[in-house]
Amino acid sequence: MTDRALAVVRAGALTTVQDRGRPGHAHLGVPRSGALDAPAAALVNRLVGNRPEAAVLETTLDGCALRPRSAVTVAVGGAPCRVTVDGRPVPWAAPVDVPAGAVLDVGAADSGVRSYVAVSGGIVVEPVLGSRSTDLLSGLGPPPLTDGAVLPLGRPRAPHARVDVAPQPAPPAELVLRVTPGPRDDWFTPEAVRTFTSRPYRVSPASNRIGLRMDGPVLQRVRPGELPSEGMVLGAVQVPPDGRPVVFLADHPTTGGYPVIAVVRAACLAAAAQAVPGTPVRFLAVRRR
Amino acid sequence: MNVLPVGDDALLVEVSSGDEAEALHAELLRRRAEGSLTVREIVPAARTVLLDGLADPDRLASELTAAEVPPAPPRAGDVVEIPVRYDGPDLADVAAHWGVAQEEVARIHAGTEYHVAFCGFAPGFGYLTGLPARYDVPRRATPRTAVPAGSVALAGPYTGVYPRSSPGGWQLIGTTDAVLWDHTRVPAALLSPGTRVRFVPVGPARAVEA
Repeated sequence: MTDRALAVVRAGALTTVQDRGRPGHAHLGVPRSGALDAPAAALVNRLVGNRPEAAVLETTLDGCALRPRSAVTVAVGGAPCRVTVDGRPVPWAAPVDVPAGAVLDVGAADSGVRSYVAVSGGIVVEPVLGSRSTDLLSGLGPPPLTDGAVLPLGRPRAPHARVDVAPQPAPPAELVLRVTPGPRDDWFTPEAVRTFTSRPYRVSPASNRIGLRMDGPVLQRVRPGELPSEGMVLGAVQVPPDGRPVVFLADHPTTGGYPVIAVVRAACLAAAAQAVPGTPVRFLAVRRR
Repeated sequence: MNVLPVGDDALLVEVSSGDEAEALHAELLRRRAEGSLTVREIVPAARTVLLDGLADPDRLASELTAAEVPPAPPRAGDVVEIPVRYDGPDLADVAAHWGVAQEEVARIHAGTEYHVAFCGFAPGFGYLTGLPARYDVPRRATPRTAVPAGSVALAGPYTGVYPRSSPGGWQLIGTTDAVLWDHTRVPAALLSPGTRVRFVPVGPARAVEA
């Protein structure tokens, strides 16, 4: 076994390998997948000198612990959390040197949902259709981390960035999602369309990498039944028969039969990925660019 | 042709039939191949084609609204043969819907040439058309929590094969050992939009025929 590897000491509730995903295969039923908070994943890669497409780890609420077999540089970003090396606190959102055999502990998120861990050289599990991302809808890519698993690391490429700490947006206290209407807003009553963009919602605990589910006012339709299956985009706000909107995130299905009332701007999706259950949500109607 | 904007950089082009959707899909693939259309995803579906990742959706929208779509070129390429044991748990229900004897289901199903109208639901899951409309069947009232991989199934106007075990509401008429999806294979998907398909009875169903 090569020294360039990372042993998983504590996998956490759900920690997955993520990169920029596998767009371009939707016509085969393959979701795009990839890091939900893409700017955070790009930032931690930059901090350790990786290319932007290098694979990182995405944690969910309670972090993870890792033991590199050789000295590496790491950076933890996204959801703010306590980070330690062999029990000693080290900076968050900054490059940190971890000696061979030391334990990097990524603590529970102080706020937000998903922390990102970049390791110099990147995680180099076998790619599937050009991506190392775990796709929880289709099962493509590596399985979520388990205690005792070993992840191969690539060769470090460049000296890491010389910064003390990199600024990142704080996880949202209120999530404002800018939406453009349609393509199926005509399937809903005018009151439902008004309700959707004027009344408050909250992030449901049933949210995951597939979709951010909403608790809040039910949206009434003027047309019953299902659409013939049609293609779905990232950020689509699909309304299933229970009338509660679901914002599609990276592992969303490529086609669907429930009407899409609106589409969330891509720039709002990183904040959506960090919104904990219970976070107030407002959908703000904007014009298409 | 109804062109609906989807977010800032996608269009959903809606037509009135599956045949038109396939013709539109073929035309859009032709434009991409010749370099006149730049787009990240072209996703055909039952009555629509989604174009995702467009630089200038408005310009394409106005052009498509006025465009005439040429009829789809004749389907070329080899026919993929999928061996099937017609032993599914819903054979009797499907026979009842079709108004035929149970043994006839295999004969009718295997006697039809299909093609993949579109994919979705799971990597490598194709929605196959070819059966006449009188053989449409409803989904099961209660979906199964686990349909085994390789299940050959019917719902609405479509036939499909489950690439892996998953929940599902389609009527199961048979089983195949064909590998629908293998990410280490090139191409990973046995079936992609436009692929021609035939089901070939094997095992007990063949004994019934003979």
